[in-house]
Amino acid sequence: METLSALADGFAIALTWQNLALALLGCFLGTIMGALPGLGPSNGVAILIPLAFTMGLGPTPALILLTSVYYGAMYGGRISSILLNIPGDEPAMMTCLDGYPMAQKGLAGQALAISGIASFVGSFLATWGLVLLAPQLVKIALLFGPAEYFALFALAFMTLGGVSSTNQAKSAFAAALGLALAMIGVDTQTGVPRFTFGEVHLYDGLDFLVAIVGLFALSEVFIFLENRHGGADGDSTKLKVGRLTPPVSMIRETTPTMLRSSFLGFLAGVLPGAGASLGSFISYSMEKRLVDKKGTFGKGDPRGVAAPEAGNNAAAGGALVPMLALGVPGSGTTAVLLAVLLSLNITPGPLLFSQNPDVVWGLIAALFIANFMLLAMNIPMVGLFTRVLMVPPRILMPVVAMVSFVGIYGISGSSFDLLVMIGFGVLGWVLRKFDVPLVPIILGTLLGNTMENNLRRAIAIDNGDWFTLIDSPLAIGLWAVAIFGFVLPLIVGRRLKSSMRKKPHAEGSTKD
Amino acid sequence: MSDRIFGLVGALLAIGYAFAAMQIEESFLSDVVGPKAFPLIIATVLGISSLVIALRPDASPVWPPLNRLAEIFAAVVVMILYAELLPEIGFIIATAFAAAYLAWRLGSSVLELVLVGLGTSIGIYAIFHLVLGLSLARGPFGF
Repeated sequence: METLSALADGFAIALTWQNLALALLGCFLGTIMGALPGLGPSNGVAILIPLAFTMGLGPTPALILLTSVYYGAMYGGRISSILLNIPGDEPAMMTCLDGYPMAQKGLAGQALAISGIASFVGSFLATWGLVLLAPQLVKIALLFGPAEYFALFALAFMTLGGVSSTNQAKSAFAAALGLALAMIGVDTQTGVPRFTFGEVHLYDGLDFLVAIVGLFALSEVFIFLENRHGGADGDSTKLKVGRLTPPVSMIRETTPTMLRSSFLGFLAGVLPGAGASLGSFISYSMEKRLVDKKGTFGKGDPRGVAAPEAGNNAAAGGALVPMLALGVPGSGTTAVLLAVLLSLNITPGPLLFSQNPDVVWGLIAALFIANFMLLAMNIPMVGLFTRVLMVPPRILMPVVAMVSFVGIYGISGSSFDLLVMIGFGVLGWVLRKFDVPLVPIILGTLLGNTMENNLRRAIAIDNGDWFTLIDSPLAIGLWAVAIFGFVLPLIVGRRLKSSMRKKPHAEGSTKD
Repeated sequence: MSDRIFGLVGALLAIGYAFAAMQIEESFLSDVVGPKAFPLIIATVLGISSLVIALRPDASPVWPPLNRLAEIFAAVVVMILYAELLPEIGFIIATAFAAAYLAWRLGSSVLELVLVGLGTSIGIYAIFHLVLGLSLARGPFGF
């Protein structure tokens, strides 16, 4: 009941003209970014962060804008999967399997409509899941002391590589690299400079926004330069949409699929290290095993379109749960959203719910509203977005690069930050070549200082006894989960990844 | 092979990082743990994971041919020039050139790259500066 009244207050906050306009703008931009191959949710949100800052938005409106982009990108990814057989972002990879065959049969419009409805069901249910689950998680998190927090951060890093990770050493390397970068700057507790090598610009530490935009957005530009598939034009002959209203029987047939997939996807989103790609993957595989009795999956079965879309949108909502309740994001895009919150001087975590309930509940209410907006945009107006697909990367990528530069310059006004960003862009390109995941790096630079502070506080409370870290049952439990999560991919990882990669074409390799 | 080199570079990085961590001056007002301990833990993780990468390498990635690498290098140089020249020559000119360069290298035609260059810089200027009021670099001409 308490939750419902909080939610009602949230609606009071979200229902202002400014917030509604921002949600609308976010949904629109997000759908475009999701639809364009090469721009996914995480780099889409990343290049829009500066926009949120320059508009001088407060925390709630800024978050509303950016999470609408996030939800929108999840909706948009399906459009190019279905029409062009190129996933707009990684989570939409599975949608190609049945979406494109449906389009070839002349059912593109119906595939778009069914997947739009599935996206809506997935994210609508997941937002309810967020409403119900996050406050419960907060109650547990309030029991956490510094030692437990340290263990929780370790857990986040150790599981972030995800169950689909093939090389845990590379995930660990990425996390350590991110943490190492976070240490640069003046130590907050003793005031001594660390790893600054006398460079005054570094005393404040590296701005993680610079790192994020460089790693995600600029490295994408380099990938395109390397392959120069900038010439790949959207082929207009493929972009016939056709009838947009699916028959009632099709909706009835796909409803159970949507409900099951939403549940699974939400679960995959809440668990650390899984994220939306895995959400859509397991939803599809499970549906295939459950209902594919005639072998129609992969040949244009509407249920094969509904399952991954409900799954990845539900996972997007699920991933917000640990980010808001614990301050520990479970995916790339939520890590970027965490960066936004931190730059606005808001620390997510259990205290956020008691100290800034307006931010949390306003955001959640805005997500409900954004969902309805997205449904409206993505079915009747989908033709608008299919035109965007005609923009070839050779025109899109320069724009992305310049917007990234402008954004970072606009925040800090210093050429030094631009140089650091270019450095991160090159680093991101090299690391992507080596298949090193980028998300742990971001998370490391974001959480490094908090993690260290918790470590030092925990040990200081116990007068220098390092065993305090494994002193409480809660901490031991967290460590156990962390170790389990780190070891599990060594056993199942390779198999899972190879079955996910059967469908190549993954354009955006920044994972979500 | 690539992974072995990568692992070795990582290990050297870890050693360098640990060395730099040892150099951190302790303040007289330090807490029990001090500013060195956590960086040293990180260096250890970095070192161990690098060694594992070097000892159990994945298959080598497909490296682009030399001319593609040169392409990326040239783009980096252009971006560095952009960052350095931005305050000197102003936003619109610098951005138009940088965007046109990237469009050119991605294979646009002459007409397109002129349009992309001008469109990007004037478009961004209009949206970010005139509408949103973001202060962009001012050149000698005030834009």
